[in-house]
Amino acid sequence: MSSGIDLQRSFIEILVSLGVPPGVAKVVWMPLPMALILIAATVSIFIAVWLERKISAAAQQRIGPEYVGPLGALQATADGVKLIFKEDINPAQADPILFTLGPAIVVIPVFVSYLVVPFGQNMVITDLGVGIFLWIALSSVTPIGLLMSGYSSNNKYSLLGGLRATAQSISYEIPLALAVLAIVMMSNSLSTVEIVNKQAEYGILSWNIWRQPVGFLLFWIAALAECERLPFDLPEAEEEIVAGYQTEYGGMKFGLFYVGSYVNLVLSAMLVSVLYLGGWSFPIPVETIVGGLGLSETTPWLQVILAALGIMMTLLKAYLLVFIAVLLRWTVPRVRIDQLLDLGWKFLLPVALVNLLLTAALKLAFPIAFGG
Amino acid sequence: MNLAEGVQLVSTGILGVFMLAAALGVVLLSNIVYSAFLLGMVFISISGLYILLNAGFVAAAQVLVYVGAVNILILFGIMLVNKREDFKPVANAWIGKAATGAVCLGLFSLLSSMVLATPWQLSTAEPAGEAAVEIIGMHFFSDFLLPFELASVLLLMALVGAIILARREYVPDDEPENEQKVLTLRERPRELVPTGGEPSEN
Repeated sequence: MSSGIDLQRSFIEILVSLGVPPGVAKVVWMPLPMALILIAATVSIFIAVWLERKISAAAQQRIGPEYVGPLGALQATADGVKLIFKEDINPAQADPILFTLGPAIVVIPVFVSYLVVPFGQNMVITDLGVGIFLWIALSSVTPIGLLMSGYSSNNKYSLLGGLRATAQSISYEIPLALAVLAIVMMSNSLSTVEIVNKQAEYGILSWNIWRQPVGFLLFWIAALAECERLPFDLPEAEEEIVAGYQTEYGGMKFGLFYVGSYVNLVLSAMLVSVLYLGGWSFPIPVETIVGGLGLSETTPWLQVILAALGIMMTLLKAYLLVFIAVLLRWTVPRVRIDQLLDLGWKFLLPVALVNLLLTAALKLAFPIAFGG
Repeated sequence: MNLAEGVQLVSTGILGVFMLAAALGVVLLSNIVYSAFLLGMVFISISGLYILLNAGFVAAAQVLVYVGAVNILILFGIMLVNKREDFKPVANAWIGKAATGAVCLGLFSLLSSMVLATPWQLSTAEPAGEAAVEIIGMHFFSDFLLPFELASVLLLMALVGAIILARREYVPDDEPENEQKVLTLRERPRELVPTGGEPSEN
């Protein structure tokens, strides 16, 4: 297993060779990957929004945005600028503190979750031991923000939307966590880097999707529900409750919800690719290709290329999943609230439990194939 | 003191102040919704302290269980029953407040004297760090098996109780035809019989 490119070590070594103390060099390094990921996550919104507009247009035989930038790619930027310049309104008798805090609490956990998304062996902000568990824990904070904004808006539709969002989020967290648990059981680790490394051995054949097909579907359905995407966008169901907890929001406060939902979608897609589709690994193991070409993996230029390939693979898999999510959104009708809860509690939960039990049994019976 | 220790010290201070301020807010604010949200902040601060103690897994579990489940259920409960009404001022309310304050002060002094008097055995062992998950798991299935299983039985009982409370027994199909329809949840009037008796027909 190659260690791959290690930017942190190289950066610190360069600074130390310039006469900077190692401690200071590390402090200088630390904000760089965080800022980079923040920017990347923000840019990913524009891509996701552009995809959403174009694919939905194609699904309905329209053209979609085309005047703002090449192929309408800057449409999301124009929307964002418009939202920034809108007046910041607090509705009458709304609770101004909670009304302002709500969107922030929705957005912050989503961005913090990018801590554990790996783009390569060393291309991750921190390789935490609790890795994927941190994401599950953080995603359970979001409903507090939703409840807060729903409650403080002084609007019954907002309150209903907030309560629905919370009920949905709590219900689908359980199958989500159980699906992750099956993966963790096979990988013997909670760390996202370790989970990807366990899938890297035989390229596409060793990806978890072949060993956990049921878990993959469970995770994807639950992740869509957690992102409040159609067919599970009940908290903002236009025909029933205007726009749910977003009803009273305008300007950048609404923009935060918008940002949060798209960043969350991209994040979920990335985590699906990390958990089930081999993360940054190429369908054919790169070690085989490099060895076949007679090159050494420690060659600097090759390391840069492999790192770029890893990032490309992660993004490619993630955006493929975003594409599927967008396509689903524009083809499937919304479910009713009782159908949603029935699906979560009476179908996904038992199936997830059986899946977990089966994985444990298979792990004991075939330790070679199931990570014994 | 190097940089890491300085950061840890400052973070401990900030988290401690946050936690105490939020906890005081939970107790002292009269708006119960604010109290519930501040309770979430107390839990988050405690989880930050766990991170400073190298217990990442416990910190994440704290957020998941207390913020993500307990606090949300508290909020849910409050929002479903909260009536914004002004309560009538109770005569001589200061007696209750003074008694509460006295009890709290007494408890505080007892606890702090216990904290100061106990010779704490500070462990010199290295923090388990990332291996903590495995160690916790081993303890759950060896010497802490009984409390672990008892907790799961307790949760099962709570689950069964919640189902019994939430389950509605529908009236069978024979609809009254000429009566004026009232749009309510159709529910059999609850009989005052013990629920654990013979199973009903549906």
